[in-house]
Amino acid sequence: MSDFLMPMLGADMEKGTLVKWFITPGAHVNRGDVVADVETDKGVIAVEIWQSGDIEQILVEPGQEVAVGTVLAKMRSVADKERPSVPGPKIIEQPMPSEAEIPQRVHASPLAKRIAEDLGVDLIKIKGTGPNGAITRADVEGAAKRLKEIPQPTVIAEAVAAPVTTGVASSDQMRRAVAAAMVRSKRDIPHYYLQTDVNVQKLMSWLTEENRRIPVTERILAIAPIMKAIALGLRESPEFNGFYKDGAFQPQSDINLGMIISLRGGGLVAPGITAVDVASVPEIMSRLRDLIERGRRGKLRSSEITSPTVTISSLGEQGVDVVYGVIYPPQVALVGLGGIRERPWADSGMVGAAHQLTITVSADHRVSDGHLGSRLLNRISELLQNPEAL
Amino acid sequence: MCQAGEGMDKQVAKDIVLKALYEVAPDLEGVEVKYDADLRRFYDIDSVDYLSFIIKLHKQTGRDIPEADYPKLTSIDRAVAYLAEN
Repeated sequence: MSDFLMPMLGADMEKGTLVKWFITPGAHVNRGDVVADVETDKGVIAVEIWQSGDIEQILVEPGQEVAVGTVLAKMRSVADKERPSVPGPKIIEQPMPSEAEIPQRVHASPLAKRIAEDLGVDLIKIKGTGPNGAITRADVEGAAKRLKEIPQPTVIAEAVAAPVTTGVASSDQMRRAVAAAMVRSKRDIPHYYLQTDVNVQKLMSWLTEENRRIPVTERILAIAPIMKAIALGLRESPEFNGFYKDGAFQPQSDINLGMIISLRGGGLVAPGITAVDVASVPEIMSRLRDLIERGRRGKLRSSEITSPTVTISSLGEQGVDVVYGVIYPPQVALVGLGGIRERPWADSGMVGAAHQLTITVSADHRVSDGHLGSRLLNRISELLQNPEAL
Repeated sequence: MCQAGEGMDKQVAKDIVLKALYEVAPDLEGVEVKYDADLRRFYDIDSVDYLSFIIKLHKQTGRDIPEADYPKLTSIDRAVAYLAEN
């Protein structure tokens, strides 16, 4: 039996409210299926499950707020099924919350628990007749007998919605969540900052040409090739792509770029696009459009919240020239993008006008240094001089 | 759907524009509509939202709205007029 836990959706999350289940006991789930909506300070997130198997028991009801790490449901994973009820080596358990945090704790004897598991009986639904209301072996067997007589739901039943669902969290909640993450970042991470002006004249001309040629639905904005260049640059600078956890840097092989979206009601979300370095520019564009639309609607998936290995903050459209970002822990770098504007550009003793973009990197000095940071920025700048190759 | 070269009914155009706007900016629903306000400045529609808005207009009308025409679709009123007149 495995536990499906309340996930930690971002460094700043401590608890979440289960809003809706998309599964019922008995349902079969596959790795990557969305099984529940969870409301956090960042809005409602569709939570995916990372094991395949059968749901045995649901422990947290819609409307309940529980701490990160609380067991939400019990499942028999595919691996469990292959070697049923052999008391062999225990699978390493995920960290468990303290008992006080586990809702609806069941009072039952170990024997009764084991029988319940074998018979597929949900202990929570049984009324115990033992001392202090404990569930006994007889209670479990009685319940199992009754269960056989009642037809069990085998398919996914209609999702039961809790009355609290609001789609997007209030800006107050979100502001608090952002504040907690940023305080932690500035307290723990020794930031250093670098910036460079990039001539993006070629990129802008290439975009105008491309967009004239391709259908409306495939139109591209500068942000897509810029994200691709950042991802390719990161591939050669692994010191910026990963997580700092338990006192050590864990580089990541996937390059997943988070994009900060500011919501109109206030607050920020920074969901990510995975494997940007191997995605095509049109693909990045359409995924970004989809991500932003769902972000505004409060319809993000848990993997999109937790996947980013580096975050991008783009504030150019709000009239800003340079962004010095705060790193989102446990990440170790943030790339800031200012506005693309026509400015004087000196080259070979001549001053002309060119579209320019100021790119910054805020990075964690525990992991990298200015030398490595400069190399990253120069590489991104270089890649942007060849937009058709991106 | 309307045929190329044939103007679209203004009410139909208005419905299409508002629907597209609310799809890209669901957080604007319920906010008072200002038909002549600048979409980017007043409604805080950024370039990605705006591209999604244009793509939705295109999907609903079949019209190819070139980037060069973006200045003609800067407010709800202007977008409605653009779809109705063309």
